[in-house]
Amino acid sequence: MPMANNGSSRAVGAGRVLIAVYAILALAAVARSGFQIATKFDTAPIAYLLSALAGVVYVLATIALLGRGTTWYRVAWGTIIFEFVGVIVVGSLSLFDAALFPADTVWSYFGRGYVFIPLVLPVLGMLWLRGHRPPRAA
Amino acid sequence: MIEWYTVIEIGVALLVGLFCIVNGLTGRGPNDYTLGATLFVELLLVGQFVIALIAPLSGNMPTGSLLEFWLYLGAALIIPPAAVFWGLVERTRWSTVILGAACFAIAVMLYRMTAIWFIQGT
Repeated sequence: MPMANNGSSRAVGAGRVLIAVYAILALAAVARSGFQIATKFDTAPIAYLLSALAGVVYVLATIALLGRGTTWYRVAWGTIIFEFVGVIVVGSLSLFDAALFPADTVWSYFGRGYVFIPLVLPVLGMLWLRGHRPPRAA
Repeated sequence: MIEWYTVIEIGVALLVGLFCIVNGLTGRGPNDYTLGATLFVELLLVGQFVIALIAPLSGNMPTGSLLEFWLYLGAALIIPPAAVFWGLVERTRWSTVILGAACFAIAVMLYRMTAIWFIQGT
């Protein structure tokens, strides 16, 4: 893929690893929550819907990190902050109300089921974005 | 699912993952060794695929959801080829790190698959 590196893409260097990990997480979260909603939705509807939402946002974050320009940059920030808040809030709630958030959703126990990647990834994502602002649009 | 085969497979995926990440972080782009090792992980997954097709026929049934198991296996089968494709297209050190990350993901997914097959329904 010959990259026309005009400096506005964030898909460079270590950022590629970030994008690849986001893509894997997006695949995992979407497939898993899809299965959960299809087979055992009634056991924890809120948690599984939230998992599905998280999955969709991971997909969006992956695309936004690949995208160029100011708009995608803002979308990337938005999705990554959403995930960070999600993993913190749901992670905390799951400690207090295990019935509402069973262990098998992406954010439960701060993403323990996903080797805590959902907790670490947004932090790395934000650090990465901070260092890769798009040049000001003319 | 055959337990020893899966244990070996998880071990191989972890080793290959570590091997690729070390190679990547020391500045090497994807080469025959790292790409080949990742393809070997894929080969073992194909073996897992064949085993999972045959095992239920010979009475080796999963204790958990067969559908969930196949979702994991299907997703796992896509990941190493995607990483290798990335490595062939983009020959930088970070592609080697991605090969490693893909192999770690496979190890985690295989662990999940064993949980579904041996533990989930018991």
